[in-house]
Amino acid sequence: MLAVQRVQGTAVPLDRSDVDTDQIIPAEWLKRIERTGFGAGLFSAWRQDPAFVLNQPRYSGASILVAGPNFGTGSSREHAAWALQDYGFEVVISSRIADIFRNNCTKIGVLPVVLAHDVVDRLMRAIEDDPALEIVVDVQERTVWVGALDLSEPFPLDDFTQYRFLNGLDDIGLSERHAAAIAAYEAARPSYLPTTTPV
Amino acid sequence: MGQTLSEKVWERHVVHRTDDEPDLLYVDLHLVHEVTSPQAFEGLRLAGRRVRRPDLTLATMDHNVPTAGLHLGITDPISRRQCEALESNCKEFGVPLYAMGHADQGIVHVIGPQLGLTQPGTIIVCGDSHTATHGAFGAIAFGIGTSEVEHVLATQTLPQTKPGTMAVTVDGPLPVGVTAKDVILAIIARIGTGGGIGKIIEYRGSVFRGLSMEGRMTVCNMSIEGGARAGLIAPDDTTFAYLEGRRHAPKGAEWERALDDWRSLTTDPDATFDDDVVIDGTTLSPHVSWGTNPAQTLPIDASIPDPDTIADPGAADSARRALQYMGLRAGTPIRDITVDTVFVGSCTNGRIEDLRAVAEVLRGRRVHEGVRMLVVPGSMAVKAQAEAEGLDAVISGAGAEWREAGCSMCLAMNPDKLAPGERSASTSNRNFEGRQGPGGRTHLVSPGVAAATAVTGHLAAPADL
Ligand code: SF4
Repeated sequence: MLAVQRVQGTAVPLDRSDVDTDQIIPAEWLKRIERTGFGAGLFSAWRQDPAFVLNQPRYSGASILVAGPNFGTGSSREHAAWALQDYGFEVVISSRIADIFRNNCTKIGVLPVVLAHDVVDRLMRAIEDDPALEIVVDVQERTVWVGALDLSEPFPLDDFTQYRFLNGLDDIGLSERHAAAIAAYEAARPSYLPTTTPV
Repeated sequence: MGQTLSEKVWERHVVHRTDDEPDLLYVDLHLVHEVTSPQAFEGLRLAGRRVRRPDLTLATMDHNVPTAGLHLGITDPISRRQCEALESNCKEFGVPLYAMGHADQGIVHVIGPQLGLTQPGTIIVCGDSHTATHGAFGAIAFGIGTSEVEHVLATQTLPQTKPGTMAVTVDGPLPVGVTAKDVILAIIARIGTGGGIGKIIEYRGSVFRGLSMEGRMTVCNMSIEGGARAGLIAPDDTTFAYLEGRRHAPKGAEWERALDDWRSLTTDPDATFDDDVVIDGTTLSPHVSWGTNPAQTLPIDASIPDPDTIADPGAADSARRALQYMGLRAGTPIRDITVDTVFVGSCTNGRIEDLRAVAEVLRGRRVHEGVRMLVVPGSMAVKAQAEAEGLDAVISGAGAEWREAGCSMCLAMNPDKLAPGERSASTSNRNFEGRQGPGGRTHLVSPGVAAATAVTGHLAAPADL
């Protein structure tokens, strides 16, 4: 993944709760075997509606998505995170982000930012009033800044994930450092555990 | 202080632990299907990596496969390309595969248990959120994304932050006609779609002890609908009886050793959970979803809620949008809602017991005129067993369509879809907008309610007939 140290840009307010991954990227998009090109499918059902936020020119060029609570519930499809990234979003802000979706984001370099409900609400209103509102998300400081609102809010991000974001590190390579521990673990596994090879 | 079951299973899989990194966990079983794996295999190829343990990996085709006219193959070229990709990837990397047409093919979460691969105390992952199903055996089983699939393929491990714990206790007895599906729908209605975020749920209490393995799988399957990372149930004699003699279950002296270990897999009496939810099972009734997330669910005796009476503005707003999408009016009794389609199947309710429940209701009855009913076994083995029991004759005799195994209308990636505006009663697990086809409207129900609904043409419980 690419390193993400600081994202500075404008945001799109998606004022809905429980936005599930079937909405983020509908199932018909899951048939692709490539990893790119999913931006075109992002929220494709909702984008049929000309009034939908992503269709409003005033929000074009945004790199941050500010969404209602429980964003990313539902299926494990990483395609949802790929679609957001491919469309141009580098950060998702919500008061609650579903586990698997959150994990998937951190694997590819989309930063999940959880802020208190009232803070997200305030941000949402401010962006609606001023689509050009500049937001800064700093991974090093684990803080969201909005100068115009005099807002400075820390967000949770564990040290390891922060380190991976700052350095753009591939998870697999990091785990391969523990090859000896993996081999030792395997040697000690009980023999009654199943294997999948046909018997 | 004592440990919970999930903590015990977690601890025995830690390969590497430091203070400032997530635990590196060993994965006992990695299930793979055609939708979430192509990009992972591609990643391996690009990096020159191999699959570390093909013998702990099993692939099948389920999401895309047609459930009728198998001899025609997959006619949708994009679906076909995805299945072909899985086939060539499995060949290249040495991963065992049950492809379309194979006697062991089926929905990934149906075949794992059926083959005896899903065992107590193990860690099981799959690029699919309903992997939680396998928790019914006392395993920690959870869904992962494609980057994680690649990670497991390459290393057989996964870095994971330890989740919190949540106990959901339901004591019974359950009233007659209330099934595992009703119990889990009631639980989700109570905790909400985000109630379990960051946690592993342990289902406890006499209701779960009394359920068959099929029923327990239905419950654990939908843990993700409550936001939980996984859900599990302590293994007991019901679990062991289900496993004994299955193809990949331990045999002879190994079976005895395994049993000794499995019997230790319980939550210690003095262990505590981060969250404790208690539900009185004696008051439950058949449940039906009315909205566009699984928490928007009510007893079948209820009426469609009025969003104006919902105190939380977010929930009220979401209810308003749901009613509009579903084409429903506040105050309508749930039983007055008529359906076009009934779908029985999926990894939630596509097992033999579910098909028996459906056949029992349909025996001697007809599917209501104008209603299309699809019955899709969860696996080819379930299909064969149902046919051996004569269930297919009862089901097709009543006017329903008896199909081949697959995910089918659970997510409508194959030709089985709702048309825009069509309404279904479905035994699957998600009622999201468009889940069963763009513009389709889904009511989640148990197999019994599905069958009774097919007979009457409106949402109904078997007791109504
Ligand atoms: S049956 Fe439905 S929920 Fe289960 S694996 Fe298939 S698509 Fe997913």
